[in-house]
Amino acid sequence: MKKILFTSLFLFSCAITFAGGYRVGLQGQRALAMGHTGVAYVNSAEIAFFNPAGLVFLENKINVSAGGFGVFSDVAWQNTSTGQFSNTDSSAGTPFYLYGSYALNERFSLGLAVYTPYGSGVEWPTDWAGSHLVNDIDLAAIYIQPLVSFKINDRFSVGGGPIFVTGSVNFNRNANRTLTDLEGNRSNITVDDSGVTNWGWSVGTLFNVTDDLSIGASYRSEIILESTEGVATFANFPDSPLVPDNGETSFEASLPLPAELTVGLSYQRQKWAFNFDFTRTFWDVYEDLDIVFGNGQESINPRNYDNSSIYKFGFAYQASEKFSLRAGYYYDQTPIRSGYFAPETPRNDGHGFTAGLSYAISNNFAIDASFLYLRFEEIDESYDYVSDGSSFGGTYKSSAFAPGIGVTYKM
Amino acid sequence: MKNYIKYLALSAVFLTACEAEFENAIEDGGVYTNGSADFSNFVSVGNSLTSGYADGALYITGQNTSFPNILAGQFALVGGGEFKQPLVNDNLGGLLANGTQITENRFVLAVGANGNPGPVRLSGTPTTDISNLLSGPFNNMGVPGAKSFHLVAPGYGNIAGVATGASNPYFVRFASEANATIIADAAAQQPTFFSLWIGNNDILSYATSGGIGVDQKGNLNPATYGANDITDPQVFASVYSQEVSALMASATGGVLFNIPDVTSIPYFTTVPYNAIPLDAGTASVVNQAYAQYNGGMSQYATLGFISTEERDARTINFVEGQNAAVILDESLTNLPNPAAPGTFLPKLRQATPDDLFVLTASSILGTLVDPNDPSSAIGVGSPVTDQFVLTPSEQALVVAAQASYNATIAAVAQANGLALVDAKAILSQLANGGISFDGGTLTSTFATGGAFSLDGVHPTPRGYAYLANQAILAINATYGSTVPMVNIGDYNTVTASQSN
Repeated sequence: MKKILFTSLFLFSCAITFAGGYRVGLQGQRALAMGHTGVAYVNSAEIAFFNPAGLVFLENKINVSAGGFGVFSDVAWQNTSTGQFSNTDSSAGTPFYLYGSYALNERFSLGLAVYTPYGSGVEWPTDWAGSHLVNDIDLAAIYIQPLVSFKINDRFSVGGGPIFVTGSVNFNRNANRTLTDLEGNRSNITVDDSGVTNWGWSVGTLFNVTDDLSIGASYRSEIILESTEGVATFANFPDSPLVPDNGETSFEASLPLPAELTVGLSYQRQKWAFNFDFTRTFWDVYEDLDIVFGNGQESINPRNYDNSSIYKFGFAYQASEKFSLRAGYYYDQTPIRSGYFAPETPRNDGHGFTAGLSYAISNNFAIDASFLYLRFEEIDESYDYVSDGSSFGGTYKSSAFAPGIGVTYKM
Repeated sequence: MKNYIKYLALSAVFLTACEAEFENAIEDGGVYTNGSADFSNFVSVGNSLTSGYADGALYITGQNTSFPNILAGQFALVGGGEFKQPLVNDNLGGLLANGTQITENRFVLAVGANGNPGPVRLSGTPTTDISNLLSGPFNNMGVPGAKSFHLVAPGYGNIAGVATGASNPYFVRFASEANATIIADAAAQQPTFFSLWIGNNDILSYATSGGIGVDQKGNLNPATYGANDITDPQVFASVYSQEVSALMASATGGVLFNIPDVTSIPYFTTVPYNAIPLDAGTASVVNQAYAQYNGGMSQYATLGFISTEERDARTINFVEGQNAAVILDESLTNLPNPAAPGTFLPKLRQATPDDLFVLTASSILGTLVDPNDPSSAIGVGSPVTDQFVLTPSEQALVVAAQASYNATIAAVAQANGLALVDAKAILSQLANGGISFDGGTLTSTFATGGAFSLDGVHPTPRGYAYLANQAILAINATYGSTVPMVNIGDYNTVTASQSN
C-alpha cells in the first residue's frame, strides 16, 4: 500500500500535461486496461464517464473510482531533404479521474464525474526547425459533471448531466521562420490563459439485451472554449515600426472540444467479459486555430480536421477472488488530414495495446493498475498552410506509454 | 521502499523502450554518405564572402550564417567535425584598434522620418578591439578585404601595419603570429577538405570605387598596387595556383568559387542613370547654362577634334521628366578650353543606361555642391564625379580581368579534380529573374530581393545559404557524396531596426 501511494505521489507531482494529440483517452484504470471500452460494461463507477445510464445498474449503494496516469510521450521528427532532426522533450503528463455514484433508490442514482479528456503537452527544442508552428504547447481541460441515472425497467436505463469545463492554454511559437532581433534572438509570441470555462452535457442509454449481453450508447456534447481574457506576449521583436512591438497584449481565440458518440456492447459470462466500443469523434468542428491579437496582429492556422473513429476491444478475466486481469486493443484513427499535419499535435493513426489488473484488498476496496502502449507508424507528413506559403514537413514518429494506478471503492 | 525503487527502475526501462525512433535516423548517421571526400576537418579560405560579412560589417549573427558555417553544419551529417570561427564580440560589427573605432557598424533597415525604410548604420560603440588577439586555429579563414595576393602576403596580420593599410585588421585578430600568411595558417591545420573563394576584391575594389584605381595589367609586383587597383591576371594565376597547392597538400578535396559579374550585385544596379527629375522650367534654365558647352562640342566636332558620336554623347540636354545625370568621364577626349588657354574643358556627358552608378551615389545625386547655389545640384549643374560611376570603358577593364581570373579558377579546379561553384552564373540568375523557394523568390533587388544585404555587395544569410546549397551540389557531383541541402527559407534576410 505504501509503495503504491508513493508511486502515485511521484506520478502526480508532475505538471498536468498530456500526450500526443489533444484527445486523451485515459478515463479509468479498468476501462483503459480493456482497450478503453466501457459504454455497456457495468462494473465500477468508471461508467460515469463511459455511459451515465449505467450508474443505476451498479450493485452497490456507493461506488467510487479514482486514479491517474503518468503519460510519457515522445515525438521524433526528421527531414531527409535537409538533414534536420528534432525530438520533443519527453513530457510526463498526469491525467486523472474521480467518479462517484450514490443510489437514491432502486430506480435513481446520482453521480459525480471529474475527468480530463482533452489536453496536449508537446515541447520541442526552442527554435527548432518547426518553431514557426510551435515551440511548446500546454493545453488542459478539466470536466466536472453531476449526473443522474434513471432505470426505466430492469433492462433499460438512461442517464446524463451537465458538464462544467475549465481549461487552460499556454502556447509559444516563433513569429515566422526568420525574424530575429539584432542579437539574433528569434521573435516569438506566447499566448497564455487559464480559467476558461464553458458548459456542455452528456447523455447515455443502456439496454440489457439478455442477462449476459448489454448494449449502450452515449453522447458527449461539443464544448467550445473561448479565450478572451488571456495574455499574449510578444518577445524579441526588433525595434522597428515594420514589426509588432514587444510586450503584452490581449488575444482572442477559440478551441473546440469536440463531441463524441460511442456505441458498444459488453458480453459477460462466468469469469469472462468481452467489450467492444466504437467511438466517433466529431472533429470537423476544428476548422482553424485563429488567434486575433489586441495589437492588430492575427495568426490564421487552418486545421480542417476530419471526424474520426476509434475501434476498441477489451477482455476481462476473474482469475481469483482477489485478482482480475484485463487486456485490450484499440485502433485510433487520426482526425488530421494529409497536408494539415502540424507539429503541435503530431498524431497519426495509432495502435493502443492495453493491459491491467485489479487486486481486491477487501470486499469494498480494490487497487487497479493498467498500462497503455500507444504505437504509431512512421509517417511522412507536412503542414502545407504556413502563412508565408511554405510547407513544413518530414517524417514523424511518435510513441506514448501510460502506466496508471487507481482505486475502486464500493459499499 | 525497495519495491518503490524497483517500480521506478521498471518505468525507466519502459521509457527507454518506448522512445520514438526512426528506422533510418539522421541522428544515428545512417542516411547520408561522404563519398570520396573526408569532411572531418573543413577549412575555408577567402575574403569577406567567406567570413560571413554582411550589411557593411562583420558581426556575430552574420558569421553564424557564413556560407562555410552553413556547409559545416551539413558536413556534420557526413563525418564533419567542429567548425571554429573567429567570432567578433558583438552584433554592431564595427572594429576598434586600441579603443578607436576603425570600421563602421553594420547597416540595419530603419524607417526614416519620411516613413520609408532604408539602410542606416546602427549606432553604438562596438566592442571588438583588434588588439585582443584570438588563439586559433580557426576553420573559417575568411578575411574581409583580402585580395588574391594577400593570402600569401607575410605580415598581412601584423597590427603595426593596420594604420597604413599594409595589413588587415580582421586578420590581425586571429593570425597565428604577426608575420603569418593566411594560406600558411590555413594549411597548417591540415584540412581534409577546403573551400577557396578569392579574387573578388581584385576587381571589386576598383569597381566599387567607380574605377578611380588603375588596371595593373602587366605589373607583376602587387606590392606596388593601390587599394583600388585591378590585379594583373598573371599575378592572380600565380598566387591562386600556389594557394590551391598549399591546401591540397593535406586535403582529399575542396570546392572553388569563381568571380561573379559586378553587374549582378545591387551595389551597381540600384541607382538608375536617369535619377534626375526636372520640370520644364528648370530643364530650360539648365539647358541655357549648358548652351555654351554644347556649342563648343559642336565646333570641336566640326573641326575634327572629336567624332560626331562623342559630340552627341557630350551634348547636354535636359527635358521635363526623368533625366540622365551629368557625369565626369575621364575617357573622353581632352579639349582645350578657349576661355582659359592651357586648361581643358570639363569632360562632361550625360549618363547612359550602360553607366553603372554605385549605391552610394544615391546619397549625393541632386544635392548641392554649394548650398547657396541652386544650380550646383550634383548630376545637373555639377557633374557626378568619377568615384560614383563605373563607365563602360572601366567596366571593360573589370570584365577582362574577371574573365581571365575565372579561366584560371576553372583550369585549377579541373587540374586538381576539385568541385567548382559557378558563382558568376548563380548571381547572374539571381539578378535576372531570381530563384524561387518555398517562401517566395530570391532576387538581387536591393533591400527587398532577399539575396543581398544592405551594403549591396554581400549576401544576406539567405543568400549565403543559397550559395552553400550550390556548393553542396557541386561537391556531391564531384565526390559522390550525398550531403543534403538546407532550406533557404529558414534563413533571414535584412534586419529591420531603428538605429538606436
